[in-house]
Amino acid sequence: MNKIQSASDLYQWREQIRSRQNLEDGVVYVCGGTGCQALGCQKVKEAFEKELAKLKRGRKIVLKSTGCPGLCEKGPLVTLHPQDLFYQKVKPEDVPRIVAETILQGKVIEDLLLEDPADRRKILSSREVPFYRPQMRLLLGNNEFIDPTRIGDYVAMGGYQALAETLLRMKPEEVISEIKASGLRGRGGAGYPTGQKWENCRRAAGEPKYIVCNCDEGDPGAFMDRSLLEGNPHSILEGMLIGAYAIGASRGFIYVRHEYPLALQHAEIAISQAREAGLLGKNILGTGLEFDVETAQGGGAFVCGESTALIASIEGRTGEPWSKQIHTVAQGLWGKPTNINNVETWANVPLILQKGSQWFSTLGTDGSKGTKIFSLVGKVKNTGLVEVPMGTTLREIIYDIGGGPQDGKRIKAVQTGGPSGGCIPASLFHLPVDYESLSQAGSMMGSGGMIVMDEGTCMVDVAKYFVHFLEEESCGKCLPCREGLRRMGQILDGISEGKGDSETLPLLEELAAVVADASLCGLGKTAPNPVLSALRYFREEFEEHLVHQRCPAGVCHSLVRYSISPEACTGCGACQKICPAGAIKGEKEEPHHIEAELCTKCGSCMEVCPTRAVLVC
Amino acid sequence: MDIRTVDGIVEKYQGKRTALISMLHDIQNQYHHLPEKALRRVALRLKMDFTDIYGVATFYKSFSLTPKGKHSLTLCLGTACHVRGGPKILREVKKLTGIGPGQTTPDRQFSLEVVNCLGVCAIGPVVVMDGKIHGEMTVGKVRRMIGKLKAKESGGRA
Amino acid sequence: MKRKTINLTVDDKPIEAEEGTTILLAARQYGIHIPTICYLEGLSPYGGCRICVVEIGGGNGKNSLDTSCTRQVQEGMIVQTQSPRVVRARKMIAELLVASAPNVKVAQDIAARMGLMKVRFPMDDNRCILCGLCIRMCYEQMDGKALGFAGRGTGRWVTMPFQKRPESCRLCRGCEYVCPGTIVPCQGIKVPGELCGRCRPVEEYRCCPNSTFGCFCEENPL
Repeated sequence: MNKIQSASDLYQWREQIRSRQNLEDGVVYVCGGTGCQALGCQKVKEAFEKELAKLKRGRKIVLKSTGCPGLCEKGPLVTLHPQDLFYQKVKPEDVPRIVAETILQGKVIEDLLLEDPADRRKILSSREVPFYRPQMRLLLGNNEFIDPTRIGDYVAMGGYQALAETLLRMKPEEVISEIKASGLRGRGGAGYPTGQKWENCRRAAGEPKYIVCNCDEGDPGAFMDRSLLEGNPHSILEGMLIGAYAIGASRGFIYVRHEYPLALQHAEIAISQAREAGLLGKNILGTGLEFDVETAQGGGAFVCGESTALIASIEGRTGEPWSKQIHTVAQGLWGKPTNINNVETWANVPLILQKGSQWFSTLGTDGSKGTKIFSLVGKVKNTGLVEVPMGTTLREIIYDIGGGPQDGKRIKAVQTGGPSGGCIPASLFHLPVDYESLSQAGSMMGSGGMIVMDEGTCMVDVAKYFVHFLEEESCGKCLPCREGLRRMGQILDGISEGKGDSETLPLLEELAAVVADASLCGLGKTAPNPVLSALRYFREEFEEHLVHQRCPAGVCHSLVRYSISPEACTGCGACQKICPAGAIKGEKEEPHHIEAELCTKCGSCMEVCPTRAVLVC
Repeated sequence: MDIRTVDGIVEKYQGKRTALISMLHDIQNQYHHLPEKALRRVALRLKMDFTDIYGVATFYKSFSLTPKGKHSLTLCLGTACHVRGGPKILREVKKLTGIGPGQTTPDRQFSLEVVNCLGVCAIGPVVVMDGKIHGEMTVGKVRRMIGKLKAKESGGRA
Repeated sequence: MKRKTINLTVDDKPIEAEEGTTILLAARQYGIHIPTICYLEGLSPYGGCRICVVEIGGGNGKNSLDTSCTRQVQEGMIVQTQSPRVVRARKMIAELLVASAPNVKVAQDIAARMGLMKVRFPMDDNRCILCGLCIRMCYEQMDGKALGFAGRGTGRWVTMPFQKRPESCRLCRGCEYVCPGTIVPCQGIKVPGELCGRCRPVEEYRCCPNSTFGCFCEENPL
């Protein structure tokens, strides 16, 4: 195709695509995100290809593989237009029926519809999905309808228009003012005002300037950036282009962690298509702007999400952070001014330039503007990506959108901010989600991971989990982090085995304070947060382990015992069959029992028991 | 090990240092580990100190300097998978294979890795077997999965 | 070229330093001594052991700790080298170090200096404290580039690539010279006129294949 050489070229191209789209006959959108891929969407897509090919001429139903809209648990997901139907858990065998009944006859297939967990009503349209309805899906909403490997889809829905308007009508300093006025803050976790960062970078001396998109997303439990980069890579490119113009940067990098191969692939396809179209390279849109982007891959290191470690990684070195006495905006990649922003931050930029900072600043709270995407996972009914305005309360997210607890258990806490954050107990679920409220409660917003925990989650185990995670991921350069975390891990291992005394918790707290104070980088400095917040709100669980050698949640391996409730047991024998250690004894139709000396606590019996008679305590 | 293959990989990325990690991933995909000779060649072509390349190869957890097993088992131990019972699955896998994370069975059949989040938390706990993601894992399912593989590999021998 | 003079306050005393000087060196010029382990004059500062941390800031809850060996002086900076936070950090670092490497001389020195009497962690017997001095000596002073860090986190260790001495190693023994672990307490005179021999290189260095620092033996020729 011919390169776009001016804004009017872009508008013409958009009109061309729209006129050629031919979507009137209908569209089948099949989600192609990593989650749905794991659940077999590829076979579903192939089944559709086969069935749609059989249709009569004159019927040109378009089949699109789209980006991830975040409801991975119900995948594979299929949306039908113009029927405006949302089918979930679609199997390849369902496809012929979908084509024959829904597409050709307009009939709804009830058992493929999502069910409202509250009133068991069947949901027809994706807009009515209870998980989606209270959300404000400004960033994620488009994922459902565009094919991330086709730049045309993005352009057809108005993509790159914000870039064109910005380049034509605004000076770089004006762009920075807009971003500052919008109140956008970094979505990677620290929440630094984005406009200020851009300004600092613009003012720094040094050429060339670089901008980086951080898609390392190491927080376990978070997958917002994956969905954004996988599902709508051009929105990130557009954001980076606007940023490059404002800052005066000529080169950019998108750093994608190794565990996201699809996001990397889609980013590379998007870059090459943008280059082909003349939207990357020299003289972009005829304005003289020169900017190009490359991808860089990670090697499996959480620490590389930290800005100095990320820079080291791109430069081909080990991801060892260094002191930030001079910030990366002044001296970053190869000593030059480098502006690093998170994927979600970049995705917000075209939105702000298109609709204006005034509009953006009406969303959210005074200190935290705009929407935020959270990955709501763990022990909650509806898991997936949630996009809401800042200031929405935890209760609304966990109960109204998330549907509340699974299995009738009580929700105990929610963990936010990943390994740098902390647990917020249920008593504080009235708190609004914004940068300040969560920090004051002892946690932080972080990148947006929200892990719901119920009474079956042991807080000692959670603290232990995070410390071991960070111990593994520490780069090892500085002593407090490397040795301090190791010793904290040993102490927590001991507590989970019921070992320790009255000095154990004070020692743990003292260690935690020094690790936070003396570590070199953000990883070490925030490492104690999960432990300290667990101690702050759930100290009694720690004491129960230490003093009574008991794990109230029934998790800590050496402290629990598996037993069968004689009242609930029907004697079906399923547990006896599956027990690998032969530890379950009992006659048919008689209550069974577990012999503690033989039991290896593997948990298989609990998985197969139809009456939930297996107890752990 | 063919030097030309390594050279080809270096040239695919135009010999850029920023692509060092990508080059190492490609080499690992080719040889199931990072052979010493391949790393020396990369150091030479990229004009980097071999000590630095060795540092990078041992720093990032994706890489292995020793050959991996025929079947790769990767368990996700992200927080969401953890609260949904990930550790129980890991314990079962360790029992069934006799190895721990980062190790390979003596008969070179299985390699076990633990990863810190694959980004598909909604379907956890997650196990990746030979590149295929399996969600909603249970102790029973993983026992059957590994049992099947073992039976296949031993050719029906009990 | 005239360098700017920076005015700052260390331990409530106003001092002057040239722009580009680190807090550590600026303080030393005034006789204020800050302990160090991984710092050696002539090699680039590393900031890894963190024992030289000082408290920076004017108060109101915004103070932070940073290593004085890497932090450059700034106009109006307020530095405390013995504040309660600093002392607490140094004591814990000393305790962690001794618990990990009790037979390394510098760990014993720091522990003694900090008045450490108890170690509350199970003890190991590491001989390398991962200070990185040998690596920086090899890279920066001797141009050997033979030693480096391998692995990550608690599994980090110092080694030559694939545990083979590369051609660039000229057996200069600079690594051994700077290692703070090589000096072992003298056990006095064993046989009249003869030293105990403990100040000679110790066994069990992991960085060299023959487990001897900079060995000259015929078993490991170039």
